[in-house]
Amino acid sequence: MWATPARLQAKGVIGMNRRNIRYIGRYNDRRLYPLVDDKLQTKLLAKRHGITTPDLIGTVSTQFDVKRVVEVVKDAPGFVIKPAKGSGGKGILVVERQQDGGYIKPSGTRIERVDLERHVSNILSGLYSLGGTPDVAVIESLIAFDEAFAAYTYEGVPDIRVIIFRGYPVMAMMRLSTAASDGKANLHQGAVGVGLDITTGTALRGVQFNRPREDHPDTGHGLASLYVPGWDALLHLAASCYEMTGLGYLGTDMVLDRHHGPMLLELNARPGLAIQMANGEGLRRRLDLIEKQTETRSVEARVAFAQQHFAREGELASSA
Amino acid sequence: MSRVPFYLLVGALLAIGIVLTIFRHFHYEVPFMPGEQRQIWEVEAQVNFDADNGPVRVDLALPSNQPGFRLLTENTASSGFGLSYLRDDKARHAQWAIRQANGPQQLYYSAQLLVTDGEEEFLAEPPALQRDIGWERPYDTAAREVIGQAHERSADAFTFTRELIKEFTDQRQGENARLLLSQYERPVLLTRLLNQADVHARIVNGLTLEDGRRRQSLTSWLQVFENDKWVLINPRTGEQGKPENLLLWERNGNAVLEVQGGSDSRVSFSMLRHNEPASVAVRNQFTDDTLLNFSIHSLPIEEQALFKTILLIPIGALVVVLLRVLVGLETSGTFMPVLIALAFIQTTLLTGLVGFLLVVAVGLVIRSYLSRLNLLLVARVSAVIITVIAIISLFSVMAYRFGLNAGLTITFFPMIILSWTIERMSILWEEEGPKEVFKQGFGSLLTAVLAYLAMNNPWVRHITFNFLGVQLILMAMILLLGNYTGYRLLELRRFQPLAKDD
Repeated sequence: MWATPARLQAKGVIGMNRRNIRYIGRYNDRRLYPLVDDKLQTKLLAKRHGITTPDLIGTVSTQFDVKRVVEVVKDAPGFVIKPAKGSGGKGILVVERQQDGGYIKPSGTRIERVDLERHVSNILSGLYSLGGTPDVAVIESLIAFDEAFAAYTYEGVPDIRVIIFRGYPVMAMMRLSTAASDGKANLHQGAVGVGLDITTGTALRGVQFNRPREDHPDTGHGLASLYVPGWDALLHLAASCYEMTGLGYLGTDMVLDRHHGPMLLELNARPGLAIQMANGEGLRRRLDLIEKQTETRSVEARVAFAQQHFAREGELASSA
Repeated sequence: MSRVPFYLLVGALLAIGIVLTIFRHFHYEVPFMPGEQRQIWEVEAQVNFDADNGPVRVDLALPSNQPGFRLLTENTASSGFGLSYLRDDKARHAQWAIRQANGPQQLYYSAQLLVTDGEEEFLAEPPALQRDIGWERPYDTAAREVIGQAHERSADAFTFTRELIKEFTDQRQGENARLLLSQYERPVLLTRLLNQADVHARIVNGLTLEDGRRRQSLTSWLQVFENDKWVLINPRTGEQGKPENLLLWERNGNAVLEVQGGSDSRVSFSMLRHNEPASVAVRNQFTDDTLLNFSIHSLPIEEQALFKTILLIPIGALVVVLLRVLVGLETSGTFMPVLIALAFIQTTLLTGLVGFLLVVAVGLVIRSYLSRLNLLLVARVSAVIITVIAIISLFSVMAYRFGLNAGLTITFFPMIILSWTIERMSILWEEEGPKEVFKQGFGSLLTAVLAYLAMNNPWVRHITFNFLGVQLILMAMILLLGNYTGYRLLELRRFQPLAKDD
């Protein structure tokens, strides 16, 4: 039931306190936080750096404009409304399609115009933002996620989290939403986390609720056959976020779009530690290795370095 | 990035804190344990009145040595007033006077009283019987009947008084008693009846001493004489004998406060207990407050009482830091548990827990309805605040009706904080489900209870209030904890699957 601190230390597992002081505190300049805490700013910044993000349909920034939201989304078949300063996936509303003046969520539930307006109004009041500060609602077009993942997800979009440390991709996982997680991709809510090999982008290991998992609980599809097409391009995109933001310890959330390839969904200056569970490995050894690197390298060189040093064998029985 | 300045700062804080604490211990002989000293009460009387734009004279009765209390020092503060202490044959007075005053005036008198365990009785001369008691009809008959009843059931003056009071208590209150109570105040009425029955008795005024109380007033007690003895009887319950914490402020049956040339006068009392050895208590009469004797004790008592609580907050903060950094407990709102713990100190633990759970549970139900009304956030939280106030008022009234006086203390809860807690929990419920709500609610309550236990510990209270250096030590400890990079206790479980051998 309990592990000894010495045992975790030996396995190179990083705890919250160490993450906060040793990595976030040391490598992430507070001044740069607004770049990632405000999704609208991140989007505009990404655009300047040529990094693809989901299309911006519009924004709502005053309560007066809340009634306008219906106007804004009129021509979009599916869309996502999120708080610009939200965290942990809170306050994100996904609408798959519009039907007779109503809006259908991926779960099939229908919401009305008032529900949509109330949600936007709540976002503006700061209900979901850090510290409850007034916020802006960002409306993006729905991602058409790659069919390769259709068998691995329930309702939600599977996203790929890559931890970028001083520009090097150190660890990656894919988060698959489940019925238990209510279509959300948060591991503590019951999404399945699949550790990905940095070298190849193939599945290493799956966990749900901290327990090993060999298949997706809803679709029953084996996780062993999961791999991310265009892995190198995705890693390049993720690694280049270091130059874009200047943050040394960064969580990048990416998706694979059917038409546009890898896209940046959002950045996180305080990425969680669940990625260690999904990979069945502590971050410490990899972070220590990166900290020893003194020479400045290009994005390509950094990705190559990571792929050379962090290769691993999958633990899943490849029976799928 | 060098950590040397950090450790220098922590070291300096620790060193200064320890030196201050040791200095205070040895130089001022403040002991580290609360038990081994004499208790001293500081009592402050505040006289308020409106002057009528002319000469004013204020007479305030003063306490004197009595069994259980010895007067150490006394001070007054009164700008512009002339002051003299008067002592007639038995009683002591402070008399303030001024030629010209207008508008609201404030006069202060404070006394330090040493708690003694003297059991010896002080002598008091019985007052003369008031022979000329006139009762109007129909009160005369009622009075005679009540006296007659009590007389039959009693043997001496003391038992007679007790029986008389029983006539006026709720259970046995008869028609006669109700009639008399409608005309006279209870203590006055009782002395009249006692005098009527040839019992020597008078009203004296006492102050119930409770640590940290402010804006208290005097209560009336009956002093009943027979032969050479006298006893004090509570006119409300009939209980006999002086409670240990009762200070007789005025014991000759005279007025406590007389104001000439002013109106709307009243006197209220603040009090504070602290522990010092008797030697220090005596020395305190002469030493002025120097910079080295920098202590909370140089403040007025009302402010000191406030500080007694304020100085405990760092202890609560330390508990929160410990639980967050070393244990990894999740709470709803970082320091909300400390505020709840402060409320627990006023309400006592069990009442506090029950009250908190009731208010939050009912609040959540009402909040779930509010969420359907589709309101703006600030308006909704304001509505929750009003709801919380309504719940608290309702519970107070209900508790009072059912005779649960403890229920009244529910008003000590920080209402705005409670409202935000309800709002946050409600959102958590909608987004993450009830499990997360219970998890965070449990974490918050556990933190609050632990903070309460730490803050309510007599030793902790003694140390924080008497040794300001301890605050610096606490600061250093919290800084050190802020530097801890090891695992949290709950992470040992969370990451347990990673520790397995593959």
